[in-house]
Amino acid sequence: MSFVVPKESFGGKVLAVDFGKEGSKLTIGGETTLPFLAFEGEVPNRPVVAYEIQDCAPEDWPETVQSIYKDVSGDPVSWAKYCQETLGAKAIALRLVSTHPDRGDRSAEAAAQTIKDVLAAINIPLIILGSNHIEKDATVLVAAAEAASGYNCIIGKAQEGNYKTIVAAALAHNHKLIAMSELDINLAKQLNILITQMGFDKEKLITDPMCSALGYGLEYTYSVMERIRLAGLAQNDPTMQPPIVGDVGMYVWKVKETVASGNDVPEWGELEERSISWETVTATSMMLSGSNLLIMRHPRAVENVEKTIDELM
Amino acid sequence: MIIIGEKISVIAKKVREAMDARDPKPIQDLAMEQWKAGAHFIDVNIGPAEDKGEDLMKWMVEIIQEKVQAPLCLDTTNASALEAGLKVHNNEWGKALINSTSNDPERFGMLELAAKYESEIIALTVGKGGLPADSEERCGIAAEIMGRAMEFGVPLENIYLDPLILQVCTTQDQAMHSMKAIQDFQDLNDPPMKTVVGLSNISNGVPRNMRSLIDKTYLVLLMYAGLTAAIANPLDKDLVDVMKTTDLFLNKSLYADSYLDM
Repeated sequence: MSFVVPKESFGGKVLAVDFGKEGSKLTIGGETTLPFLAFEGEVPNRPVVAYEIQDCAPEDWPETVQSIYKDVSGDPVSWAKYCQETLGAKAIALRLVSTHPDRGDRSAEAAAQTIKDVLAAINIPLIILGSNHIEKDATVLVAAAEAASGYNCIIGKAQEGNYKTIVAAALAHNHKLIAMSELDINLAKQLNILITQMGFDKEKLITDPMCSALGYGLEYTYSVMERIRLAGLAQNDPTMQPPIVGDVGMYVWKVKETVASGNDVPEWGELEERSISWETVTATSMMLSGSNLLIMRHPRAVENVEKTIDELM
Repeated sequence: MIIIGEKISVIAKKVREAMDARDPKPIQDLAMEQWKAGAHFIDVNIGPAEDKGEDLMKWMVEIIQEKVQAPLCLDTTNASALEAGLKVHNNEWGKALINSTSNDPERFGMLELAAKYESEIIALTVGKGGLPADSEERCGIAAEIMGRAMEFGVPLENIYLDPLILQVCTTQDQAMHSMKAIQDFQDLNDPPMKTVVGLSNISNGVPRNMRSLIDKTYLVLLMYAGLTAAIANPLDKDLVDVMKTTDLFLNKSLYADSYLDM
């Protein structure tokens, strides 16, 4: 008897979300099945990997990844151009770290100017991220949305404590929006409901269930992402159908496995190889559990992930 | 849980008058209200409609689907009126649902229409004789109808088996038998047969202020038994809230603080 591959068919569908200007748009999502199971349903768009850059020098990044950008990271425009031209980035995620009250407290106006400068220098889609300070993000991201008006960016992250103003700004300037909640599927659903109740189209939302690094709660993120996908596909829950983002780099490049040198912990092996593997494995896991967009730092980790996508698509 | 909105019925005075006067607005409004409240099908009950039933059903289907993007449940004993409705039904949003066939030879023709128009159909598990006594008898009738459906070329997944809900105030023990039938019907095929009830039958004849309570409580039990669909009033917010909450317990939907809004 020949083996018949069992197939699941789902009533729901992951929403397809595009970002970027006409001519250089990228689309994520749109699948009718779990990640990469193209024998079972449609998987029309490959996951997108965006290179993370910052609006200030990445002094807190470990040496392995900081050194890659040492000639360009003093200036976000050169950094962005380096990612686009030298590394072949498909998208860039600009994190406005220096607006954080503890990291320089730069004004919303200054952040807006940085965004305008970066947008003028690149022709690939831009993701604009705040400093993850609830109150400050509410003003910074509003100014950012205005500065990027017409560029169809992804802005984020809107959270329970600040979503109202950020949603209104994304709505007014026609951007896509990341809604983030802290590793809890019910809170993720609730935030998506609250945002859509403000009149924001669910077709413009991206869910961030909060990422985590290998060895540091990765399995929680994996499970939440997987359950979000199943709720969207199997239960056809419209609030759980937006694409998912995995903000990988910032969680990976701070754990001791990406910092400790091979001399200090010889049994862990050589640092560069180990830390790149750490980001690769974390990102690949997020992708397998449902992430459609990954934000990453090390070019060799990005290369590994792109190669995996090539093999799986 | 699939809701078949029951409000457009010849029994309601407002609806009957609008039908007689061919005044679309009250009917369209009622359809729209039910659809917005979450009804998946809109029931269109024109009664026996012996006089010009064809014209009436055709008109009803057209004016409702002009406004509401949902499939309709066509509810009449008049087969030619039913066919007139099926002919013009727009299947873009789902197949039409015929209400209903049974084991009564006079209702066999409905299966022929279901096959011809590839529509879904409700099968009442009653025959020409008396009412079925228990779940076993209902299952026996269901099996006969399913066999006949296959002869007519109606796929079993297009059938909703209806155990016939009887009023609790006069036939109290039947509530349990119907509930058991909902469970047993599912075992008659793999994948399980779909099931449906006319929910408000359970509270027929009880004092008006108790009807909603009785309907809701019975609905929870039926949903636990595996009920697929109910002909019910989607404008009864309490009833819909109970449905949504039960779906949570059955793990058919995901909790969030605002789940009742969805």
